[in-house]
Amino acid sequence: MDLADGLVVIVKRDCATCVAVVPVLAQLAERAHLTLYTQDDVGFPEGLSPVDDTSLDVSLALDIETVPTLIRMEGGAEVVRTAGWHRERWEALTGLAGLGPDLPPSRPGCGSRSLDADVLDEILVRRRGATLASRHIEVGGLEDELEAMFDRGWSDGLPVIPPTPARVLRMLEGTSRAPSDIVAIVPPDLVTATVEKVAVNAVLAGCRPEHLPVVLAAVEAACTDEFNAHGLLATTYFSGPVIVANGPITRRIGMNSGGNALGQGNRPNLTIGRAIQLVIRNVGGGRPGEVDRATLGNPGKLSFCFAEDEDGSPFGSLAASRGVPEGRSAVTLFAGEGVRGVVDQISREPESLARSFAACLRTVGHPKLPMAFDALLVVSPEHARVFADAGWDRARLMAEIDGALQLPGREIVRGAGGIAEGVPESLADATLPKFRPGGLLLAHAGGGAGMFSAIIGGWVSGSMGSEPVTREVEPWL
Amino acid sequence: MALTTAGSIVVLDPTGERQLAGRPRAPRLASLEGRTIGVLDISKARGDVFLDRVSELLTARGAEVRRYRKPTFTKPAPPDLRAEIAEHCEGVIEALAD
Repeated sequence: MDLADGLVVIVKRDCATCVAVVPVLAQLAERAHLTLYTQDDVGFPEGLSPVDDTSLDVSLALDIETVPTLIRMEGGAEVVRTAGWHRERWEALTGLAGLGPDLPPSRPGCGSRSLDADVLDEILVRRRGATLASRHIEVGGLEDELEAMFDRGWSDGLPVIPPTPARVLRMLEGTSRAPSDIVAIVPPDLVTATVEKVAVNAVLAGCRPEHLPVVLAAVEAACTDEFNAHGLLATTYFSGPVIVANGPITRRIGMNSGGNALGQGNRPNLTIGRAIQLVIRNVGGGRPGEVDRATLGNPGKLSFCFAEDEDGSPFGSLAASRGVPEGRSAVTLFAGEGVRGVVDQISREPESLARSFAACLRTVGHPKLPMAFDALLVVSPEHARVFADAGWDRARLMAEIDGALQLPGREIVRGAGGIAEGVPESLADATLPKFRPGGLLLAHAGGGAGMFSAIIGGWVSGSMGSEPVTREVEPWL
Repeated sequence: MALTTAGSIVVLDPTGERQLAGRPRAPRLASLEGRTIGVLDISKARGDVFLDRVSELLTARGAEVRRYRKPTFTKPAPPDLRAEIAEHCEGVIEALAD
């Protein structure tokens, strides 16, 4: 911005100090080359021909934080500035003596209008709005803005936050990545999702900017061929994406890994899980009754996201078990159905409790179907303590569960137990594991009271359906 | 920044903003006689039983049947498979059974 050489002062009427220094400004106008900019009232200060800066363009260009600010310009560049009224400094800066004889020696200034909360959004949009590539849609003044979001089909059934340019720009401040960076190709329509599109949907979901990197990592993970979000969406089965978050970011953004970790009440847990489903709905075009063919679905398809309680875990973290270095943040996506409880309030020996887990895990999908569905076992602190006290780690517990889930073919062939469902008769003499290798995931979460753990059953497992996928969050910070 | 009328707000489109190109359907076959028909099994359980019978009926009507199979019913058909069907077949039946 080109400013005339000489003295520049930025003022606003809504500032007692600016009003108080008007006689000084008159002195400056008389004895020097003065350019006055007014932030809020083009008639202030009267008689001194202020330049209109109600647009705040000059104030922003000069990065004004306080009014009045006095600046000396030479050769088109700023030489020195001072904020507020301070006679000695003003006299030193201007080289003029006897300024404001009736004023006290100093008086602090006021906040610049360019920092007022009510103009920040407008300024943000003016400065960076042009970087937004998404179509701008005007919602008419006679429309209720929340109803308008429903009417346009952008909601999962709950109210969403209107994604105004200012909100989206603030959301984008949650990542260092460019808005135009590509995150993923989103099924079912195979549409390219940019960081900006994900940010728009994160606003809809109610996320805060600091949640965005987790959402971006989750979208990246979900849209891999291994995770197969397309099939997971299209299936008649109950399942949807379940996000387990690990690492320092979960604590930094306040995710819940404790009491009610799988339930309601925590904003990042709920909104991050919701955001990924809104990306699939809005960017990918995946909607219930269309490509989503679920027979019944489950309420977790609105949002299913929680953090692991790593500090209290005797098992190490889920992310670490999947190769993520310590100290890094990551999300693991699992194609999961609803939560079922595992109740064992009596076992105090790890062998007994592991057998309880195995007995309940056997029912995933159907007790007579082996290697068909993965599962995510969420061990609660009171259950985990039984293993910790006995010195069991993740590998030991997994091995014990696996050993207890070697199913005799004779028990699971079709017709066995009077149940038609099962494996073909030819497998009667075989022994089949309930879970394929790597098909059982283990996480640690929950409140301090309750000898209950949780099983989240999976969907068609492995390359036939969905592989759990882990992605680090750091690349999206 | 675009000025808006009083009370209105501007929001950003959260959708993929796809521009769909309309494509005409291939002409319908007047007869099956001497035509090559692809029969695509999506790998659902017992889909083969159903499609075996469909293939018999097609063959009986003079069609040459080529059988194809998706690796898994949970994912879209691989592009190579789609290209192969398009190259060799004049019509295709995609079916599942459970």
